[in-house]
Amino acid sequence: MSAENHAPASYRSIVLTYLALLLLAAVSVTVSICHLGAANVWVPLGIGVLQAALVVMYFMHLRKEHWLWQLLFLIVVMSLEMFIGLTFVDVLYR
Amino acid sequence: MTETQLAAVSDRGFLDPKHSKYPGIFGWIFSTDHKRIGLLYLYSAMGFFLIGVMIGVGMRLELLTPGRTIVSAQTYNDMFTMHGMIMIFLFLVPLPPGAFGNLFLPLHIGANDVAFPRLNLLSWWLYVIGALTILGTVFTPGGPPDTGWTLYVPFSTQTPHSVTMAILGIFIVGFSSILTGINMIATVHRLRAPTMKWSRLPLFVWGIYATAWIQVLATPMLAITLLLVVAERLFHVGLFNAVKGGDPLMYQHMFWIYSHPAVYIMLLPGMGIVSEIIPVFSRKRIFGYWAMAISVLAIAGAGSLVWAHHMFVSGMSTAAVFVFSLLTFAVAIPSAIKVFNWLSTMYKGSISLDPPMLFALSFIFLFTIGGLSGLVLGAAATNVPLHATDFVVGHFHYVMFGGGGVAVLGALHYWLPKIYGKMYNKTAATVGWAIFFIGFNLLYFSMLILGYEGMPRRYYNYPPQFTVLNVISTVGSWVLVIGLIILLTNLIHGIFRGTPAGNNPWDARTLEWTLPSPLPAENFATVPVVTHGPYDFESPLESP
Amino acid sequence: MNHASVSETNATARLGMWLFLFTEIMMFGGLFLLYASYRVRFPQAFSDSAQQLNIWLGAANALILLTGSFCTTLSVTALRRGSRRLAMILLAITVLMGGLFLFNHYLEWSGQIRAGIYPNSPVLDHMSHGEILFFGLYYVTLGLHGLHVLIGSIILAVMAVFIGRGSLTPEDTIKLENASLFWHLVDIIWIFLFPLYYLMH
Repeated sequence: MSAENHAPASYRSIVLTYLALLLLAAVSVTVSICHLGAANVWVPLGIGVLQAALVVMYFMHLRKEHWLWQLLFLIVVMSLEMFIGLTFVDVLYR
Repeated sequence: MTETQLAAVSDRGFLDPKHSKYPGIFGWIFSTDHKRIGLLYLYSAMGFFLIGVMIGVGMRLELLTPGRTIVSAQTYNDMFTMHGMIMIFLFLVPLPPGAFGNLFLPLHIGANDVAFPRLNLLSWWLYVIGALTILGTVFTPGGPPDTGWTLYVPFSTQTPHSVTMAILGIFIVGFSSILTGINMIATVHRLRAPTMKWSRLPLFVWGIYATAWIQVLATPMLAITLLLVVAERLFHVGLFNAVKGGDPLMYQHMFWIYSHPAVYIMLLPGMGIVSEIIPVFSRKRIFGYWAMAISVLAIAGAGSLVWAHHMFVSGMSTAAVFVFSLLTFAVAIPSAIKVFNWLSTMYKGSISLDPPMLFALSFIFLFTIGGLSGLVLGAAATNVPLHATDFVVGHFHYVMFGGGGVAVLGALHYWLPKIYGKMYNKTAATVGWAIFFIGFNLLYFSMLILGYEGMPRRYYNYPPQFTVLNVISTVGSWVLVIGLIILLTNLIHGIFRGTPAGNNPWDARTLEWTLPSPLPAENFATVPVVTHGPYDFESPLESP
Repeated sequence: MNHASVSETNATARLGMWLFLFTEIMMFGGLFLLYASYRVRFPQAFSDSAQQLNIWLGAANALILLTGSFCTTLSVTALRRGSRRLAMILLAITVLMGGLFLFNHYLEWSGQIRAGIYPNSPVLDHMSHGEILFFGLYYVTLGLHGLHVLIGSIILAVMAVFIGRGSLTPEDTIKLENASLFWHLVDIIWIFLFPLYYLMH
């Protein structure tokens, strides 16, 4: 963490982030209603990742924290992915 | 002695009731002083350890003869389950970080307490409540769980024993472990004295730090896995139930994703302790400081990727068997680096075989046997005939008890004089150690042979050809217990009637030895200024 | 002995909160792991079951939680800038959002239960394995998540009370920041639950 109190986020950046999140949610729902085959699986998930990134960066202010903590956050997410990935070596090839 | 020396001796430091916020015992169980909390952990965990030992002795009594000896098969199942749950969840997971981490990590970094002292107290309370919940299952009509500490489905979802209550207890203890991990990480990052750079941290701190990350990242997986077992028992959700399409192997994956890293929770603090003891009693700085620091992180990281080596014969895919066997070999490498570096530290050093050093040396020897037997198990082909035999039981007792447990004994012999200011009888400690060591190997090496010959684990019965080794093993358990009794009574006697130890009886160089013994209530009157590394024996100890 | 400044202890508190959030990520992660593993085994059943759920209730919940996140973030800035009243109003809206979310769950779940779809029900037990697993995961995951929404709402309500009483001030907002971090995490989990359970078909 950085020791100084971060300057509070501007109302403007918060509103913009919120609008972006709403837009992404709308896209996600639209894609889902439209039956686009394989895209129906990956697009909503991908949008979810984008939305999560926006929340983490702009609502949770991870951008303003020390780079080590941004790295640690990524490592945590990657650990989860490693757990899922290695489990899949079993699940997929049984 | 001068007057100041006498005053120093009679000043009981943080132990003195005058530093208590509340009267009597409440001054301890409601204290937020990391040193008092450390002792609370020490005594409760050692108490649970002794219960676990007694169950273990009982198990070995049963195994003295083929067939029923003193208990029924059902009772034997209850016993090995409780033995495992106590030793793992109530002793080896909580004690090293909770007792020694709490007592000494803040001192090692030059801080006056941990980052979140009240959270620290809450951690201990959760630990005790969870422990009593687990132990309380013994007194329920359903009786304690009989599933083994591994709680495999479908048996754990169906047995009428008090699995839900035991899981509740484990969940609470797990939460305690998570909070301790959070506290330690925050403390190391944020509360180091300004001159205590990462490169000057004692390796014990690195050990606790790596352990804390495992506590934080792996324990939640146990939490959700156990929650799902309860959901199955109460609501028949079916997620692990093959009849409903669920996969029992998914339970095993999720369970071992925690429980394999958990063994490193039980081991890494001990490796840190060994890294403290060996340089001091070799009068030589540690060989390869950064290799030692990074290897402890590497063990934590790589150790998180090997869990399915517990599942080679479970029916999982051959691809997974291959991958996990390969990864298991990889995790042996940083451990081997550590053994090499400890030995290299001793090479051309000036060795003194004081009791802490005896335990550190035993750690290396016993852990190595355990580690080598682990490689045999990690190779998929040799795993097949050895899975679920006494070979596995021998292996993990060598690493967990011969490694983690022996490190705890070593830490007690190293640090109790600092905590209480009194030195125990070193000859008695040496005798106790020798008896313990002999008993240990009789007890567990027999198991390696028995397992190789085909004796299954968790069986109270066996064919007559296994009798001799089982008898040897049981006798070994008695010898080990005698050794333990000598060691522990000697330590307790030392606490009350030992000779004054002085500030630095071992002439070590980490910060706790700059303070009086017993440790003062407020750790450092002024922020310590660190100019040397923690194993710099060429310079004298810095005065506070 | 030097004592840490307020901003230093606050940074420590924030770090501790992030570590706690890591544990929540790993805990829900276990449920994602289970979902992923069963989905590859029963892709059609999972897809069909996702279609059975009401996409509009799910979307409404997504909007609700996002709005809550929006308001919580605003409330931190508001408090820091001295607008205590505004901060309290924003928190009240967030708590309302939490309540709406749980009410939506009540609607959805009572519908499912009336249709006979709940763990161990005769109806569910006669459905395919994939469907049983989907709904098993659905109930456990949304239940656990809903519990977190409840907890988050209560914590934010308490923060509003603290602001009112003056124990949470513009000079030291760490409690609110940490509470807000918790809410955001709960929001992020729904950001993934929503596509997994309602959209991916």
